[in-house]
Amino acid sequence: MTAVTVFDYGFGNVRSMVRALANLGLDVTLTSDYRTSLEADGLVVPGVGAFGACMTGLKAVGGDRVILDRLRAGRPVLGVCVGQQIMFDAGHEHGVETAGLGLIGGDVVRLDAPVVPHMGWDTVDAPEGSVLLRGVEDERFYFVHSYAAADVVPKAAIDYDGSSFELAPLPTVNDAHDGPAPEKVTWCTYGNSTFVAAYERGPLFATQFHPEKSARAGAKLLQNWVDVL
Amino acid sequence: MSLAVRVIPCLDVDAGRVVKGVHFENLRDAGDPVELAAEYYRQGADELTFLDVTASSSHRQTMVDVVSRTAEQIFIPLTVGGGVRTPEDVDSLLRCGADKVGVNTAAINDPALISRIADRFGSQVLVLSVDARRERGERHTESGFEVTTMGGRKSTGIDALWWVKRAEELGAGEILLNSMDADGTQDGFDLEMIRAVRSEVSIPIIASGGAGKADDFPPAIAAGADAVLAASIFHYGKVTIGEVKDAIRAAGYDVR
Repeated sequence: MTAVTVFDYGFGNVRSMVRALANLGLDVTLTSDYRTSLEADGLVVPGVGAFGACMTGLKAVGGDRVILDRLRAGRPVLGVCVGQQIMFDAGHEHGVETAGLGLIGGDVVRLDAPVVPHMGWDTVDAPEGSVLLRGVEDERFYFVHSYAAADVVPKAAIDYDGSSFELAPLPTVNDAHDGPAPEKVTWCTYGNSTFVAAYERGPLFATQFHPEKSARAGAKLLQNWVDVL
Repeated sequence: MSLAVRVIPCLDVDAGRVVKGVHFENLRDAGDPVELAAEYYRQGADELTFLDVTASSSHRQTMVDVVSRTAEQIFIPLTVGGGVRTPEDVDSLLRCGADKVGVNTAAINDPALISRIADRFGSQVLVLSVDARRERGERHTESGFEVTTMGGRKSTGIDALWWVKRAEELGAGEILLNSMDADGTQDGFDLEMIRAVRSEVSIPIIASGGAGKADDFPPAIAAGADAVLAASIFHYGKVTIGEVKDAIRAAGYDVR
């Protein structure tokens, strides 16, 4: 049975994610334990609330180390909502800049739209060959957020622990390349903002929307992810 | 394509049972909120709202159980309101599977509760529920719209437009606007009130009160609502979620 850990660091409606994954027939563990999180077939990093608070909470239980150690070893990670945002270089909330994990180049900024938060079911623009969106490219997903990554700046290597590493292609994904894995970015447009709705690069996966709250389309997306674990 | 208008059925729950009459022939137990929630999920509801109408402390555990069992089988956002007085109440509802909480009277008595909840859990969990009506008498508010409590029975003297603006500043993520003038009439939503609130806040508005038929919904969206909520007309089987969505789509808005 495929084992997935939902990383528990006090942020996010983690129960919903645990239920959605359990509903797919997975062995789901909710924990912040380093070894369990490292050894699981897949790690989900949820996140709700403020970017800065999430980063602080994540680091307090060693979540940054778990995520980076997994990715360096080519083990899949899925960040959701603020769990996606913290994968970027930095977040800007209420005029305060907080450093993110720096796995994806770019900053998280406030949405520019007449009505914020962006709350509800929206369409996305998925790239060719997206693993996550396969078969659900035309479905709507549930978003609830006031901030998002407006851009993706190409990044060759990730600096970590005094050295650097590249995100290698996943062997379970067919279009394996030599060298670093290609980036696949799914976009969403709301008001005057176009932002990252989902991101895939080798073992790193992330969504701004909530697949665990996106009914059947969300379940399919999670299954797509589980299929490459 | 743009953001879909959300269609939200609301279930009034008292001591673990749905209060308003429900007429679905295919349900084994139409008074069971969990079974009804699952039926609305199948019909394509975009979110669900539970309102704990008594919300006494003795029934709190019953509601936690209802929410927990519902969250096991429906994978759309779930809002729970009624009797939420402290951040600890919010915490216990989120832990059992709610995604958002509705706050009403407690925030009127203590507006700082809004920021305490928003600071701890994020604005997106906080739906400020506002029961408003027109007050044109001698003691009328500046805008003519007044906030009420006790299901419209108790006057607060607070200007409803001032209150929604204040709530937005304090960190409310969404406004559930229930017109006490339109509620129960089935004559359509209170468009004037929706327009007035729309001009005050830039957070999403859920319009509630007055829906009697599918064609009542599109004008509420035209007036500025981002989502529409109804109870009786869905429960009595007068219209389905699908029929409401068809009417909204026919009027030129996106639905899921």
